[in-house]
Amino acid sequence: MPRTLNFKDNPVESQLFLGRIISAFVIIVLLTVCLIVRLAYLQVVGHQHYATLAKENSIKIEPTVPSRGMIYDKRGNILAENAQTYSLELVPDQVSDLDNTLARLKQLLDIPDEKIEQFQRLRKRQKRFTSIPLIANLTDEELAKFAVARPYFHGVDAHVRQLRHYPYGDLAAHVVGYVGRINEEELKELPISEYRGSTYIGKLGVESSYETELHGKTGYSEIETNVQGRPLKTLKEVAPIAGSNLHLTLDIDLQKTAYDALEKYNGAVVAIEIETGGVLTFVSRPGFDPNPFVIGISGPAYQALQSSPDQPLYNRALRGLYPPGSTIKPFMALAGLEYNTVGVRQQLLCPGYYQLPNDSHRYRDWRKGGHGAVNVSEAVTQSCDVYFYRLAGMLGIDRIHAFLQQFGFGEKTGIDLMGEKSGLLPSREWKLSKKNQVWFPGETVITGIGQGYHQVTPLQLAKATATLANNGKIVTPHLVDKVVSDAVTKPSENNPKTTLPLKSANINTIIAAMVNVVHSNRGTARSIGLDINYQIAGKTGTAQVINIKQNASYNEHAIDFKQRDHALFISFAPADNPKIAVAVIAENGGHGGSVAAPIAAKVIKQYLSDKQTALP
Amino acid sequence: MKIESRREQFDAPSLVERILSKLHIDIPLLISLLLISCLSFVVLYSAGSQDIELLVKQAIRVGLAFLLMAVLAHINPYQFKRYSALLFGIGIALLIAVLVMGHIGKGAQRWLDLGFFRFQPSEMIKITTPMMIAWYLADHALPLKTHQLLVSGVLILIPTLLIAKQPDLGTAILVASSGGAVLFFAGLSWRLIMAIFVSLSALTPVVWHYFLHDYQRARIITLLDPEADPLGKGYHIIQSKIAIGSGGIYGKGWLGSKQSELEFLPESSTDFIFAVFAEEFGLFGCLGLLVLYLLVIGRCLYIASQAQDTFSRLLAGSLAFTFFVYVFVNIGMVIGVLPVVGVPLPMISYGGTSVVTLLAGFGILMSIHTHKKFIPD
Repeated sequence: MPRTLNFKDNPVESQLFLGRIISAFVIIVLLTVCLIVRLAYLQVVGHQHYATLAKENSIKIEPTVPSRGMIYDKRGNILAENAQTYSLELVPDQVSDLDNTLARLKQLLDIPDEKIEQFQRLRKRQKRFTSIPLIANLTDEELAKFAVARPYFHGVDAHVRQLRHYPYGDLAAHVVGYVGRINEEELKELPISEYRGSTYIGKLGVESSYETELHGKTGYSEIETNVQGRPLKTLKEVAPIAGSNLHLTLDIDLQKTAYDALEKYNGAVVAIEIETGGVLTFVSRPGFDPNPFVIGISGPAYQALQSSPDQPLYNRALRGLYPPGSTIKPFMALAGLEYNTVGVRQQLLCPGYYQLPNDSHRYRDWRKGGHGAVNVSEAVTQSCDVYFYRLAGMLGIDRIHAFLQQFGFGEKTGIDLMGEKSGLLPSREWKLSKKNQVWFPGETVITGIGQGYHQVTPLQLAKATATLANNGKIVTPHLVDKVVSDAVTKPSENNPKTTLPLKSANINTIIAAMVNVVHSNRGTARSIGLDINYQIAGKTGTAQVINIKQNASYNEHAIDFKQRDHALFISFAPADNPKIAVAVIAENGGHGGSVAAPIAAKVIKQYLSDKQTALP
Repeated sequence: MKIESRREQFDAPSLVERILSKLHIDIPLLISLLLISCLSFVVLYSAGSQDIELLVKQAIRVGLAFLLMAVLAHINPYQFKRYSALLFGIGIALLIAVLVMGHIGKGAQRWLDLGFFRFQPSEMIKITTPMMIAWYLADHALPLKTHQLLVSGVLILIPTLLIAKQPDLGTAILVASSGGAVLFFAGLSWRLIMAIFVSLSALTPVVWHYFLHDYQRARIITLLDPEADPLGKGYHIIQSKIAIGSGGIYGKGWLGSKQSELEFLPESSTDFIFAVFAEEFGLFGCLGLLVLYLLVIGRCLYIASQAQDTFSRLLAGSLAFTFFVYVFVNIGMVIGVLPVVGVPLPMISYGGTSVVTLLAGFGILMSIHTHKKFIPD
C-alpha cells in the first residue's frame, strides 16, 4: 500500500474525493435518464392509451361498503340495526348555484337552518365531486315531494342508505355506544383500503371497541364508464364481507328494570353473572339518545347534553369515581381475618368514636352511642365504623393496599370497552410520588371505612363483589358473548382465571355476615329480604360528598340535594350458590339501605325468577 | 456627498452580493431553491383544490425553513463537526423514546409533541447520521479501512432499524443512503461496493425462504406488485400512471388536472404531487423540474469538491447525494418503477417537516462553502 505515512496526504485524498464526486454525478445523471425514459414511455408512447383511459372510457374502481354487523342482547333483542333510509344528497360540483338550490330545497321541504349549517360544515371537509347528505332520513312525504320536483334540481338526488339505528335509545347508550361520521383525524389513522367508501365508524361503547369485527371487509368493482361517467359494464367484482354480529351478555329487560329502579337518582347499576363474568346490566343514568349522533347531532342539542348538570354523556358505570364508603368493610374484615390481625370471635369496643393516641381528633361512628363490644361479623352486619377504624390501624396501609389490590381495586377491570378508569387505591408510594407527602396514620383510619383517597368505579365494585362471592376466583367482566360471522362463530376469549389464596372459613364468615345485613333484624338492609325463598348477601354504603365539621351533625333535610351523601349497595345471590353480583350507586341517595339496596334487590329478584322459569 | 450616495445606488447589485456573502448565503443555490419553491406553490394551488389557506400555511413553514437555513449557514462548519457525536446520540435517544412511547400508546408514533409543534426525531437523524459518519472518518486518512467500514456500518444500521420499526420505510431508506453516501465519498472500494450488492442479492432468497413468515411475504408482494391491492396503494399507482400518461408531451395546462380532481387521490398534494405536476405540465415540464433538481445537486457537488477538509467534503457530498435519492425514490414510486414507500417530493410536496430538514441541510452546505478561511486540523 502506498499509504504508510502518518500525516494526512491531502493531494491524494483530494484526488480520490474528486474522482468520487465525478462518479456520483455520472450515476445521478444516468439514474435521471432512467426516470426520463420511463416518463417518455408513459407520456409519449403510452399517451394515447392513458388519455383514452382518462377521457373516454375510464375504469373506475368503486368500493362496495360491507353492511355493518348487528348487535343483539342475551335474548336476541336487537340493540343496533341498520335501517334502510332515503338520504337527500347534493354533489356541489354538479350544482350550478348552490345557495339558490339550497334556498329552493329549504322552501320545498321545510328544512331547518341547522341542517343546512351542518351540510355547509360537511361540504367544506369533502371534495367537490362527492355526494354530501343534506337530510339523512327523508320521510315518505318528503321523498314524494322531492320526487316530483327532482327534474328542477340538477345535482341533487335521493339515495338509499343504511342508517344505524338504536331501538332502545338512552337505555343502553353507554354500553352499545354509537357510530358517527369518520372525521379527519380518524381518517389519518385508518387503513385506507379498508375504509374506502365507508362513512361511519364506531365512536363509543362496543360499537367502538369491536369496530374491526363490526365493520367487515370492503369489496370493490371495476366499472368501465363513458365520458359522462355513466357505467357501461362491470369488469370485475369482489364482493364485500359483511361485518360480524355481536351477541352481548347484556339482558336488556334487566337493564330496563335497573334503569327504572334508579328513578330520580343519577347513578349506576352493574350486574355480573358470576360464573362467566358476563355483564348483565350496565346502567349509567341518565343516559342519552344515541340516534342523533349517527346523522350528526346539532350544535345546540350537543351543547345541551354537554352542559346539563346531570351529565348524561358521562359513563358513570365505567368512569365514575366514588369513595366506596362502607361497602369496603367486608373486604377489610376479610383482610383482618386473613392476616390474623383479628380473630373471628375477638371483640373490639365501640364507644361511638375513635381517637388516635396523642390526637384530639375524634373519628365518629354513624351511631351516636356506639355499638358496644362487637366481633367481626357483627361489625359488618351493623356497619360499625369504630371497629374498622381500629382494624385499619392494626393492619396498616401497606397491608390494606396489598390485600385490596388483589380484588382489582385501583386497576382497570379489563372489560371490553374503551376509556375505563382505574380508580385510585392509595398507598404510601402513591402519596409520596403524587402529593409529595408522607402517609399520615389518620389517613389509614378513614381508609378503613372507605373514605379518604380511595376511589372506585361501580364496575370495579361489581367485579370485587363477584370475586368475593366466587370464593376468591377472579371474575373478569366482559360484554360480548360471541362474535358471529357467516364463516365462523367465535366465542369471546375468556381470560385465564386465577384464584386468590383465601381461606374458605374466612370467606364463609364474611358471607354469613353479609347475609345478616339483609336477613337479620340488626342488618342495615333488612327491608329487602322479606319475600324471597333464598338469601341475598349484601353490604350497604354511604359515601360523603361534603365533610361534616367536628361536633356538627349531618342533617339530611337541611342540606342541598346535590350535597347529600351517595347511597351504595353491593350484593350477590343466592348466598349459598352465588349466580349474580350487583353493585348500585345512587348519587345523592342518602342511605345505602333505603335507596340503593331495593334497586339491587329488584335486579336480583328478576334475574333469579327468570332463571327459575327458564329451567325445566 | 450626493454623488457618492448615488454611486452606491448604482452599485446596488454588488452591495447585495456583499451583504449576501456576509450572510453566508450561496447565491446559485439560493436562486434554484427559490425557483423550486415557487414551482411548489404553483402546483400546490392546483393539487390542493385551489385552497389559499393551505398555501399560506405552507408559505409560513417554507419561510421559517429558509430562515433556519440562513441561521445554519452562519455557523462555522467546525462547530457542526464538534457536536456531531452529541447530536447523533441525542437523535438516537429520541428515536428510542418515540418507539417506547408508541409502544405504550399502542400505536405507531413518529413524533414528540412539544406543544407548539410536533418534532420528528427521524428527521433530525437524516442529517446527524451523515454528520456522525463523516466525523468518525474525518480524523484518519482516506480511503477508509475495513474496521472503519464495520463501525460505520453499525452506526448507520442503528438509526435505520429504529426508524424501520416505527414503521417508516421511506425515511429508513433515506437515512441508510445518507450514511452509505458518506462511505462512498470516503473511498469505499468499487470492488467492495459490487461485493455488497452481490451478497445482498444472494442473501435475499435465503431470508425470503427461511426468515420470513407467510404474512410478511404477502406484505412484500403487495409492496412490489401494488396492482394486487387496488383499493389501497395499488389504486394510487393505477391512477397516477393514468394522470401522468394522459398529460402527454405538453400537459393539460395549469389547473387542468382532471385525474387528481375527479378521482379520489388523497395524497395528491403530498406524496403523489408529481402525478399532478406531470399531468398539467407534461414531459417538458417534468424535464424542466428534473433540470432544476440537477442544478441544485450539481451546485452541491461543486461545493463538496471545493470544501477544504475531510469532514466538510464527506458531509457535503452525502447531503447532495441524499437529496437526489429523495427525488429518485419519490418520482420512481409515482411513475410505478419503485415500490410505494412514504417519501415526499423534495421542496414540492405539501408539509413542513421534510422542507425544514432539507433546507437545514442546504444551510450546512452554504456554511461549508462560505467559511473558506477555516483551516483543517
